[in-house]
Amino acid sequence: MLDSDPAAIPASRRRATLAWLAIALIVAAVALAFAWVGGWLGSSRLTSQRFTNAIETANGQVWRGFRRAHAKGVCVAGYFEGNGQGTALSSARLLAPVRTPFVGRLSIGGGSPYGLDARARVRSMALKLDSDDGQQWRMAMNSFPFFGVSSVEAFYEQTRANTPDPATGKPDPARQAAFAKAHPEFARFADWAAHAPWSTSWANTTFNGVDTFRFVNRAGNVRNVRWSMQPQTPFAGMTPEQREQADADYLAEDLAARLAKGELRWDMVVTLAQADDPVNPSQSWPEDRPRVTVGTVVVESSSAQATGACRDINYDPLVLPTGVEASDDPILAARSAVYSVSFNRREHDIASGEAGAATGHAATPESDR
Amino acid sequence: MNRAGSSAHFNLLARVLHWTMALAILAMLFVGVGMVASLSLRPTLVSLHRPLGIAILLLAAVRLANRLRHPPPALPADLPAIQKAAATASHILLYALMFAMPLVGWAMVSAGGYPVTMPGGFSLPAIAPHDPTVYAVLRTAHTWLALLLFAVVLMHLAAALYHAWIRRDGVFASMARGAGRHRSDIRS
Repeated sequence: MLDSDPAAIPASRRRATLAWLAIALIVAAVALAFAWVGGWLGSSRLTSQRFTNAIETANGQVWRGFRRAHAKGVCVAGYFEGNGQGTALSSARLLAPVRTPFVGRLSIGGGSPYGLDARARVRSMALKLDSDDGQQWRMAMNSFPFFGVSSVEAFYEQTRANTPDPATGKPDPARQAAFAKAHPEFARFADWAAHAPWSTSWANTTFNGVDTFRFVNRAGNVRNVRWSMQPQTPFAGMTPEQREQADADYLAEDLAARLAKGELRWDMVVTLAQADDPVNPSQSWPEDRPRVTVGTVVVESSSAQATGACRDINYDPLVLPTGVEASDDPILAARSAVYSVSFNRREHDIASGEAGAATGHAATPESDR
Repeated sequence: MNRAGSSAHFNLLARVLHWTMALAILAMLFVGVGMVASLSLRPTLVSLHRPLGIAILLLAAVRLANRLRHPPPALPADLPAIQKAAATASHILLYALMFAMPLVGWAMVSAGGYPVTMPGGFSLPAIAPHDPTVYAVLRTAHTWLALLLFAVVLMHLAAALYHAWIRRDGVFASMARGAGRHRSDIRS
C-alpha cells in the first residue's frame, strides 16, 4: 500500500535523517558540556591546573618531585596534646586531653628547594594528625598573620606578577607595581613583609592558620574560628647583618640543634569569631576576640624531606575530622585544589624516576624549562 | 518463571538499577572532571564524589547478580552481527568500568595517603599501600578509564537512541518499561 506512494520513501528517509541529526546533536551536546566542565574549552577560565602552571612559571623552572610551593623544608614528628579546653567548641577528638601523633613539615615559602633560608619571608608549619578514633586532621599554617589578597583571581595575578622576566631573571617591577595598584589590600601584606621582625628559628615563629574554619561541638553549635600555633620558645630577632651571614640552610641546622637538646612546643590558640566577622583571610578580626588555648604541638624529631615521612603527604587543609568544617573562605577551597594538582605532579615525577634529588637518590636536581 | 516477560523486557530491578546508575554515573563523570579543575567547588564535589563512587560500586554488584540470575532479553534476530558484537563488547566494558572506576579511585586515594572519608565521619580502610608510584599509576588510570567510560556511555546513548528512533525494534523499550499493561512495542 505505502509502497505505491511516491512521497513515502523520501518522508521516511527525511525522518531517519532527522533522527540521526538529533542523535548526533545530543551526543555532541553532552560531550561539549563535559569538556566545558573539565576546563578544556578555551583557556580563559582559571582552573587548578592553570594556577599550578602559573606557580611553576613563577618558580622559574619545574623542580621535579618537589612541592610546587614551599618546596624547601624538613619533616618533623611528634604529638599534639589537647588540654580539653577545646572540647566545648568542637567534637574533634584531637582537642580532648589525649596525645595525638603527627607527621609534620616545617618549610619556607618559595618554589625552589634550594632557596636561601634567610631570604624567605614566609615560613610554614604543616601537620597530619591521626586521632585514636580513626579520624584525621591536616593543617597548613603560615608565618604571615593574614593573607595578602582577598580573592583567588588576585592570588593568581600576584603569582603572575612575581614571575621572573626571562631577560633579567627577576620579576618585572612595573608589573609588580601594577599588581599592587590594582589590589590595594595587598599594601597591608607588603607592609608586614617589609617591617615584621625576622625570628631566628622555626622554633620561635608563630604559625597562623589564617583561613577560617567552623568548629561544631557535640550539641551541634557552630562557631567560626581561626587558629595559631604560638611558640613556647621565646622570640629572638635577627638583624639584617645576621641574615646576610646566615647559612643557606640555617633553619634546618638550628632545628636539629634545638631538637638534640629537647622537644619544641607551640600552643594552639583558637580565636573565636563574632557573628559578622569576615571569613576572608585577607581581613583580620578585631584584637578583642576571645582566644582559647586548646593544646600543645610538641615536635620531637626532624628528618630530611627527601626520605622523610612527610614527603608523600599532601597537607591539604581540608582533610578535617568530624567537628571541624570548611568555611566559605574562597582561598581555602583554592588552596585545597592547587595542593592537589601540585601533589599529583610531584608524585608523577617521583614515579617516573625524574626526581632523584627530591627522593635523595641524586645530588643534583632534575629540572626542565 | 515468567519466560515471556523476561525475554522481551529487563526485569523491574534491572530497569530501576539501570536508570538510577545511568544518572549516577553521568553525574560522577561530570563531578569528577569538574572537581579536578575547579578552584572553588572542589571541596563540595570531592565530598560528593567519594560516597557516590562507593554507592555505584555496591549497586554494580547488585546489578551483576541480578543480571546473572535474570538474563537480559535477546537482541533482535535481524540485528547485523557486527552490531550484536558491538553491543556485547560495550556492555562487558560498561560492567567492567562500573567496578573498575570506584575500585581504582578507592585504591588511588589510599595510595595517596589520604583518608577515604565517607559521610558521618567514618573512613573506609586503605586498599593500596601509601606509595608515590602506586598512586601515580592509579591516578593516571583513573583519568583514562573515566574518559573511556565517558566515551562508552556516549556510544551506548547513541546506540539506544538509534534503536528507539531509527530501527524502532523494541530494544530501547525493553529497558524503558516493563512488559505488563503496556500495548505491544513499536516492534512493527
